[in-house]
Amino acid sequence: MYTFSNKLRTFSFALIILGLLGVGYGFMTSHKSLEEVKTMLTEEASTHGGSHEAAATHGISKDSHSNTTHEVSEEDAHAEHVQHQIANRPWSALYVAAFFFMMISLGILAFYAIQIASQAGWSPVLFRVMEGMTSYLLPGALIVLGIAAASHYIGHNNIFMWMDPEVTNPESEHYDKLIDGKSSFLNVPWFIIRGLIFIAGWSLYRHFSRKFSIAQDTAEDSSNFKKAFRIAAGFLVFFIYTESMMSWDWIMSVDPHWFSTLFGWYVFASMFVSGITVLSLITIYLKSRNYLEFVNENHLHDVAKFMFAFSIFWTYLWFSQFMLIWYSNIPEEVTYFVTRFSDYKLPFLGMVVMNFVFPILMLMNADYKRIPWFVVMTGLVILVGHYIDIFVMIMPATVGDRWFIGIPEISSILLFAGLFILVVFTALTKAPLLVKGYPFRKESEHFHY
Amino acid sequence: METSKVIHAIYNDDDVLMSAVKKVKAERYHIEEIYTPFPVHGLDKAMGLAPTRIAIASFIYGCIGLTVAIIMMNFIMIEDWPQDIGGKPSFSYLENMPAFVPIMFELTVFFAAHLMVITFYLRSRMWPFKKSENPDPRTTDDHFLMEIPVDGNEDALTKLLKESGAVEINLIDKAH
Repeated sequence: MYTFSNKLRTFSFALIILGLLGVGYGFMTSHKSLEEVKTMLTEEASTHGGSHEAAATHGISKDSHSNTTHEVSEEDAHAEHVQHQIANRPWSALYVAAFFFMMISLGILAFYAIQIASQAGWSPVLFRVMEGMTSYLLPGALIVLGIAAASHYIGHNNIFMWMDPEVTNPESEHYDKLIDGKSSFLNVPWFIIRGLIFIAGWSLYRHFSRKFSIAQDTAEDSSNFKKAFRIAAGFLVFFIYTESMMSWDWIMSVDPHWFSTLFGWYVFASMFVSGITVLSLITIYLKSRNYLEFVNENHLHDVAKFMFAFSIFWTYLWFSQFMLIWYSNIPEEVTYFVTRFSDYKLPFLGMVVMNFVFPILMLMNADYKRIPWFVVMTGLVILVGHYIDIFVMIMPATVGDRWFIGIPEISSILLFAGLFILVVFTALTKAPLLVKGYPFRKESEHFHY
Repeated sequence: METSKVIHAIYNDDDVLMSAVKKVKAERYHIEEIYTPFPVHGLDKAMGLAPTRIAIASFIYGCIGLTVAIIMMNFIMIEDWPQDIGGKPSFSYLENMPAFVPIMFELTVFFAAHLMVITFYLRSRMWPFKKSENPDPRTTDDHFLMEIPVDGNEDALTKLLKESGAVEINLIDKAH
C-alpha cells in the first residue's frame, strides 16, 4: 500500500494556494477601463514605432467579428476590442490549464481501456498507477465544464463568443449569421447537457473498471476480469465518439466559424501522449520512493516507446491538418493558421520542436528509453509542449495577440497541478499498487524486452 | 587445402540449446556458429555476440534519404522547372516546404528500410544464387546445431556436450 507522504501533500497544497493567489491576481488586474486601454495602446504605438502593429491586429479582429459594425470611431472600436481581450486572458488561462490536466486523465483512461481490451501482457503492473491517474477525471472534467459555463453566466462570454446571445439575435448589430446557423447545436444549455453526458459516460466506465479491478484482487475466478474486458471494449466505442465531440465543443468552438474534420483525432493524440508521459513520470517517482518493486526497466522501456510513437503520431496529425488547409488556401479555413503564424509564431512552431524533434532524437535509442532521468527530462519537455499545444488552440480566439505566459497562466498551471497531485496520490493510497488477481499479472511481472 | 576440425552438436529443443550454450561458454569454448530453424530469443546475448549496429546504420540511411529528398525537390520543383501549382508559385524553397514534407518523410523511410535490408543481407553474406552454408537440412525444420572448432580437446568437449543434452555429436573435417 502506498502512503501519501506529508511532504508531497504539503507541496500540492502549496501549489494550490500559490495558484489560487495568482489566478485571483489575474482576474483582479484584468478589468481595465476604456481610458486605461487607450493610454496603454498609445504608449505601445510610440514604443513600437508606428501604428503598423495596431492596424494589423485590427484587421484580424475585424475578421473574427465580420458582421460587427461599430458606430464609434475605429480607434474606440479597437480599444474596446483590446479591452475584451485583456478581460478574457485570466479566463482562458484558467481554462487551458484545467483542460490540460483533465486531458491527461482522460488520455490515460483510454490507454487503460485499450490495455484491458487488448489483453496486453506487459502493462498490468502499471494498472493501479493508471487507475490513480483517472481518479482526477471526474473533478477535472467538471471543472472544465464549470469554467466554460461560468464564463457565460458569471463572466462576459470570455471564452466562447458564440455564447453571447447578441450574436444570434438578428436585431443586434453583433448578429452573426454563421453562428446563428449553428445555434441549434451551439447553444449554452445543450452544450452543458452534452458535456454532462460525456462526463457521465467516462466516469461510469472509470467507476466500474476500478470496482472490478479491486474485486478481482480477491476473487476466486476471473469473472471480474471478463466484465472489465467487456466494459472496456464498450467504453472505447463510446470514448472515440464523445472525445471527438468534446473536442469540438470544448476547444474547436472557440473559433465558431472554423472547423477541421480531424480535430478530434488531433486532440486525442495530444491527450494520449500527455497521459502516457505523466504515467511514466508518476511510475518513476513511485519507484524512486521504493514502491512498485515489480516494475523494472522493461516496463519503463515500453512506456517510453509509447511516448516516442505517439509524439510522432501527434506530429503526423498536426501536419496533416496544417498542410491540407495551407495547400487549399480557402480563406475561411486558412485564417486559423494565419492568426497563429502572425501572432503565435514562437509557441506554434516551438511546440513542434518540443513535441516532435526533441522526443524523436532523445527517445530513438533503445537504451535511452530505459534510463529514468532521461525519460523524465524528455517527458517534462513533452508536457510543456502539449500545454503550449492547448494554449495555441484556445488563446488566439480569445486574447488574440495580447497573449503572454505570465502570472495568470503559470498560476493556473500550479493550481491544477496541485489539485491533480492531491487527487491522484490520494487515490493511489486507496488500493494495493499491484493488481494481484489479474490474470496477466504474472506475465507482466516476467515481461522481458 | 587446409582443413580444420569442428564438432557439430545437435539439439532438438531451444531451451536445452540455451542452457547448453551457457555451459559451453562457461567452460570458455568458442562457439563458431549456431543454426536454428527460428530466431531464439536471447541467444545472441548467451553466445556473447556484440550487439547489432544495424540501428545506427538505419539512422544514417534515413538521414541520407532525407537529404536526397530535400535536394531532389529543390532541383525538380524550384530550380529546374518551377510551376505555379494552386496559386503557389514555386520560386521559394522555404515557402513551398510544407508540400515537400510528405516526400521527405517517404524517402527517409524508403532509404532506411531498403538500405537496411540490403546491408543485413550483405553483412550475413547472402546474395542471389548463393549456395546454402547450412551444414544440416534438419536445422530448417526442428533441430538446432551448434558448431564448435576443436583443437585437440575433442574428448572433453564431446563429454561436455553430451551432458548438456545434445542428441547427436559429429566430428567434421571442414575444408577451407
